[in-house]
Amino acid sequence: MYQHTRFTTNRFSFLQKFKNFDYILLVCILLLGFISLATMYSTDGGKILFHTKSHFTKLIIFTIMMLIISFINIKFWFIIGYLSYIVVVGLLVWTYLFGVTSSGSQRWIDLYFINLQPSELMKIFIILCLAKYFHRMKLEKVNSIYTILTSLIIIVLPMGLVIVQPDLGTSLLIAISGIAVLWFAGINYKYFIYTMLGFIISMPFIIAFLKPYQKLRVLTFLNPDRDPLGAGYQIIQSKIAVGSGGFLGKGFLKGTQSYLEFLPEKHTDFIFTLFSEEFGFVGSVFLLLIYAIVIYRIILIGASSRSYFAKIFCYSFGAAIFVYITINMSMVLGLLPIVGSPLPILSYGGSSMLATMIGFGIVMSAKVHNQQSIA
Amino acid sequence: MISSSSDNVTKLNSINRRMFLTGSLKFFIMIGLVSRLFFLQVKENKKYLTLSDKNRIREWKLAPVRGEFHDYFGNVIAGNFEAYQLHVIPEQVENFRYVIYRIKDLLELSDREFARILKKKKEIKPWETLIVSDNLSWKKFSKINNHLYDLNGVKPVISISRSYPFKDNFTHIIGYVSQANEMDIEKNEMIKKNFVPGLKVGKVGLEKSLENELIGSNDIERYEVNAYGRRISQLEFQKGEKGKTLKLTIDTEVQKLANDLLKDKAGSICVMDIYTGSIIAMHSSPSFDPNLFVFGISQDDWQIIRNDPMKPLVNKTLQGNYSPGSTIKPIVALSALENGIINTNFTVNCRGHKNPLELYGQTYHCWKKQGHGFMNLRNAMKQSCDTYFYEVARRLGVDKLSETAKKFGLGKEVFGDLFSIEKKGLIPNTQWKKNALGQGWLLGETIITGIGQGYIQTTPIQLCLMTAQIANGGHKIYPQIVVDENNKESPTDKFTTLYENSKNIKIVQDAMFASTNEARGTSYRSRIDDPKYQFAGKTGTAQVKKITERDRELDLKTFEIPYEERDHALYVAFGPYKNPRYAVSIIVEHGGNGSTTAAPMAKKLFKLVIDRHSLRDSINNKKYMDI
Repeated sequence: MYQHTRFTTNRFSFLQKFKNFDYILLVCILLLGFISLATMYSTDGGKILFHTKSHFTKLIIFTIMMLIISFINIKFWFIIGYLSYIVVVGLLVWTYLFGVTSSGSQRWIDLYFINLQPSELMKIFIILCLAKYFHRMKLEKVNSIYTILTSLIIIVLPMGLVIVQPDLGTSLLIAISGIAVLWFAGINYKYFIYTMLGFIISMPFIIAFLKPYQKLRVLTFLNPDRDPLGAGYQIIQSKIAVGSGGFLGKGFLKGTQSYLEFLPEKHTDFIFTLFSEEFGFVGSVFLLLIYAIVIYRIILIGASSRSYFAKIFCYSFGAAIFVYITINMSMVLGLLPIVGSPLPILSYGGSSMLATMIGFGIVMSAKVHNQQSIA
Repeated sequence: MISSSSDNVTKLNSINRRMFLTGSLKFFIMIGLVSRLFFLQVKENKKYLTLSDKNRIREWKLAPVRGEFHDYFGNVIAGNFEAYQLHVIPEQVENFRYVIYRIKDLLELSDREFARILKKKKEIKPWETLIVSDNLSWKKFSKINNHLYDLNGVKPVISISRSYPFKDNFTHIIGYVSQANEMDIEKNEMIKKNFVPGLKVGKVGLEKSLENELIGSNDIERYEVNAYGRRISQLEFQKGEKGKTLKLTIDTEVQKLANDLLKDKAGSICVMDIYTGSIIAMHSSPSFDPNLFVFGISQDDWQIIRNDPMKPLVNKTLQGNYSPGSTIKPIVALSALENGIINTNFTVNCRGHKNPLELYGQTYHCWKKQGHGFMNLRNAMKQSCDTYFYEVARRLGVDKLSETAKKFGLGKEVFGDLFSIEKKGLIPNTQWKKNALGQGWLLGETIITGIGQGYIQTTPIQLCLMTAQIANGGHKIYPQIVVDENNKESPTDKFTTLYENSKNIKIVQDAMFASTNEARGTSYRSRIDDPKYQFAGKTGTAQVKKITERDRELDLKTFEIPYEERDHALYVAFGPYKNPRYAVSIIVEHGGNGSTTAAPMAKKLFKLVIDRHSLRDSINNKKYMDI
């Protein structure tokens, strides 16, 4: 139906592609990269140590990778949609069989130069796969049992592989990414409502099935003071760090909670805490604003995309990023129980950044090739 | 194709509608996050800032420097000395095993001590201080200093600790300090506030009762620490205050003499200024060396002190309840005079053991076998005639007697709350017996009360106060042992008269004079004729057990009776007789006879005390000149 389009593939010249770039999004991503570097420098105690160096290298490599991805036609990503999903599922199986175990869970594949965490990649590629799945589907077909079951299998398969690692947090995030696609694909509201109700009703049973440490997290969330030096320690210290930051913050490199090592996991999941302690309410709102702009730009790109695939991907990716940010911040601000979920770009961690950058790359590609139709 | 196109439109509509919904939801969630941030960082900022400071700032309290005790002349009787200690910070030691064994060799530590140190090391964090030894001799301390080159991380430290230079002389007054235990901390807020591990606090005596003034306040060091408690940097150093130095009314020389006089005896001596109530000396024998307790007493030393039959741990001056014996007679006489029961001419015939006073089948003997014959008040007091006082007591009645006795300070704590251990003694009367024993008072009990036997019990300090108040002409005084620099509390009834007729006091004083300075007086042999030192007193011999007929027949000499059954020897006195200034009470447990054992001590005491009077006075006057 799009045969009469004015644009053809050859119109995407290199220069044209440059012109089509979303520079605001790019600037925001680079700004986040810069903030993450500065924060990492602070976690190293104001010295350029391992984390800063490593984070810097990854940031450079993955930013370049993101730019390269943006120059690849969005059609290419459509084509490899299923394949990439299958490859990552394969990686997850590989992880299950031969993965590297660290601190009690088997999450990583040793690639000699980098330890890859396939579950992080799955957060992106499940969106890619489902977006492709729903791309050409008619609306009435979307709500057929067959479609729903197939898409659920696509979601549940990697979830299962991640849960056994065990990594409940990431598997939930994968599920949320998948569900976001289902939502935008137009699955009937009632299914979401039923699922939600079912989830709420089965909550007590789910809790009964949780592992003791997971139960403890939920209990700790409900009342951190029940064990202030044990399970509640992280959340208490995190709230103290954020709260003591005040309006303007304690100043760069002056976050006492972090450099005196009261903060747990300050490089990864709790990095926002450190940032918030040093830059205060103003800095935190500024950071939230940048994230908001990023998400807004992603949605705009989706809205201006010609192909349904690109639209679904952008909207879902935007929603996923939003959920990652919200879950991470709610966790460190004491609004949610502790689940391992990194803050996109800011948190230390190669695989997470790789996945996020691939996502940004594809979004950028959708922008660059926004008139590209996919048959 | 058309349908597909319309499908596309509905699809687009659907996704856009859902995007709008999602977008709005995101917006509200963002607002939620921002408000949470606002709540934590702006509204609750103060709370979390405090919590964060609490996290990172830790105080280290150092032991406060304890106030000293000085005697009246400024001599230090409980002071501070520099204790040589050995500290090790385990994390600063490269090879802990080597170092600790090296120390063991150098200090010649026993295996038990060594095991204790290793156990302590396990209990502390590696950057905390391990006190290897808290009181090294100078010799060992210098030995360690000479070997410091191969003892990395070992710190010889000079710290301040309690010392009692006069050893056992003041033990029963000031007590001693030792490491604070849980009970001390629980009972005293000041100790709780100033507590540091190893803090030494008063356990008995003035060290305990004046703890709050002595303790001082901690030096406080504030450090920034990390999550593991390691010190990162010092933020502040707050100098503490040394505890208050307290001046006692005690004269060390007199105190020492009292100690010498009671050497190898169990008993008590106290000397009091009869106008100010200042305690010049107060000694309970035997005593012990309080220095033993400062660093924890060894089991052997403790057993020696605890098992001593003469009970060094008991402060006999304050805790000893004794029958006053004949030393009560001045009060009996005074009471009788005051109540108009007798006058100076009242006479009783003492007819000796063959004709004892008989009452309801019970016989009451005078101490003198052959009897004193006709006795008036002055003679009866002089020769301590029991028969005379039996008769006086019988006429007087115990209730009137107890009234006078209580007025003169018997039967209640002399120092109030100052010494927690002080006993009240007991001045019986009919009411008391009914309440306490549920029985009626018997006349026989009145009779023996008249010679200070029976239920009546007094502490040596009470006897001293009683004598002092007779000596000063019958005026109330409040004994004090700590010099009150500010004169803050002077009871309003100080110096109120305790008599009805001052003549009666004079009569009693004169009778006591006779007892010491006239032939046939019970303490005549201890008299000093020089009017400068001349004193008046009353002997007492308190029975520890009832004298049976058989005992009376045997009439054994003191040294022939087993120690525990010998009588207590007592003596109360005041001097100089003309213009009196000091009162003395002496008790020697199982000393036999007041006139032979206790009275001679008074002679030596008065000599020294009166000699030192002008010196003491000069300090007094100087105090006023300073103003």
